[in-house]
Amino acid sequence: MQFAIWMGQLLSGDLGQSYYFRIDVATLIAQRLEPTFALAALTILVAVLVSIPLGVLAAWRFGGWFDRALMGFSVMGFSVPVFVLAYLLIWLMSLKLGWLPVQGYVRFSEDFLLFLKHLILPSITLSVIYIALIARVTRASVLEALGEDYIRTARAKGLPELRVLVRHALANAAVPIATVIGIGIALLIGGVVVTESVYAIPGLGRLTVDAVLARDFPTIQGVILFFSFVYVAINLLIDVSYVFLDPRIRY
Amino acid sequence: MRIPQNWSVRIGASVLALLLVLAVLAPWLGTVDPTLFDAASRDLRPGESGEILTLEGETLRHTFLMGSDSFGRDIYSRVLYGTRVSLAVGIASAAAALAIGVVLGLLAGYLRWLDGPLMRVMDGIMAIPAVLIAIALVALWRASLPTVIVAIAIPEIPRVTRLVRALVLSIREEPYVEAAVALGTPAGKIMFGHILPNTVAPLLVQGTYICAFAILLESILSFLGVGLPPDIPTWGNIMAEGRVQFVAYPHNVFFPGVFLAATVLAVNILGDGLRDTLDPKMAKRV
Repeated sequence: MQFAIWMGQLLSGDLGQSYYFRIDVATLIAQRLEPTFALAALTILVAVLVSIPLGVLAAWRFGGWFDRALMGFSVMGFSVPVFVLAYLLIWLMSLKLGWLPVQGYVRFSEDFLLFLKHLILPSITLSVIYIALIARVTRASVLEALGEDYIRTARAKGLPELRVLVRHALANAAVPIATVIGIGIALLIGGVVVTESVYAIPGLGRLTVDAVLARDFPTIQGVILFFSFVYVAINLLIDVSYVFLDPRIRY
Repeated sequence: MRIPQNWSVRIGASVLALLLVLAVLAPWLGTVDPTLFDAASRDLRPGESGEILTLEGETLRHTFLMGSDSFGRDIYSRVLYGTRVSLAVGIASAAAALAIGVVLGLLAGYLRWLDGPLMRVMDGIMAIPAVLIAIALVALWRASLPTVIVAIAIPEIPRVTRLVRALVLSIREEPYVEAAVALGTPAGKIMFGHILPNTVAPLLVQGTYICAFAILLESILSFLGVGLPPDIPTWGNIMAEGRVQFVAYPHNVFFPGVFLAATVLAVNILGDGLRDTLDPKMAKRV
């Protein structure tokens, strides 16, 4: 019965009131959304732009030094905890070199340059594990595509190697890569919680930790529901995008 | 048992064995009680010596190999005792997730009517990122060693269940299972006696990865302040306490961080090695 009432309220957009902040959970989430969204978007952008070329290159030179280095990096990326990496980067970039601010957040609308400067370290921190994941899958699926007959045909008709790699190998490896980008969102959400704590970014991740420490259950419930909804929605979008990535797939 | 030829297995297992020795022998490796503090020995740099007050009221000379924290506690002792917590949580969580996941997976794969409902519940759990489930469960139960272990194990159960279910579905078509069914063997005996032994290799690999992830997750929970209570020395707790003074005294974060990263790396490498050794077909994939 409680669940039915809660579902009804949920459908009308009411997540209840926060015990601690004394405002609607929905409003609270909306307030904290901007930093988290900016951080996640920048991270995904960096991760995709870096990892896919790396993965293709590793598959192209399969077994070579670059391939082995990338696989080594990828195991490292899975193993080094987000916050250890964060402190390592802060120590190097902010304390030793003094290039970037240690922590904090500046709103996008206030000062765009400062906004970016504050987000560089967090998004590098967060993208490492994501890069490790995507690069691994890109390498494996491009490697599989490179073994196909059409690659031999493409090479035989004298296409430039870059075109073979991108138009023929990568295009045929697109579906597993898209899938893993979607699955990786779960890692990203976990990472956001930690990264925002380390860099003192007032986003949803920080809100989650604050809510747990204050035992503010409506907020905990709301934030987890929101994150899960985003995760499922993104994965649904990716499933739909298969139609464009692979013309053979029809729903 | 013969020693595996695979280098990943050798390296991973040796590092883990070393950590296990450190964890077991912690009291005899020049440590003091990790909860002892002494205001006179606050914020010492690694290698400096100072005094520490024991519970009996004696003052000991002690060399702080990894420095001390803002309460004057010995980081070296705390890190070594933290190894115990991390390894215990990692192994216990992996064992719990495997045990429950195996039972559910066998049931889903063997009893077809249970398959649909059970797997939908598993899909539901998988829709929530693991870190969030663990945080929410710990918030609900109040943190202690058993609750943290269970909270970390629960988000891993669906992965094991799916793996076992998929294995069962392929194994149950094998001739030896058909033969057992034809002989009238009871379902329980087929599940545990015939099907389960053939899932051991992939489960061992999966269990290793879960162990690595559990160690990471425990330290994340502790670091965020929602995991084990601060009086228990865990790597995450040491780092959480050290972060406030990170700019002045990075050693509080550095040493536990290195131990944590090395441990997780060793477990992951061991997992990769086991995977390549036990299933050469899988080695080509991710």
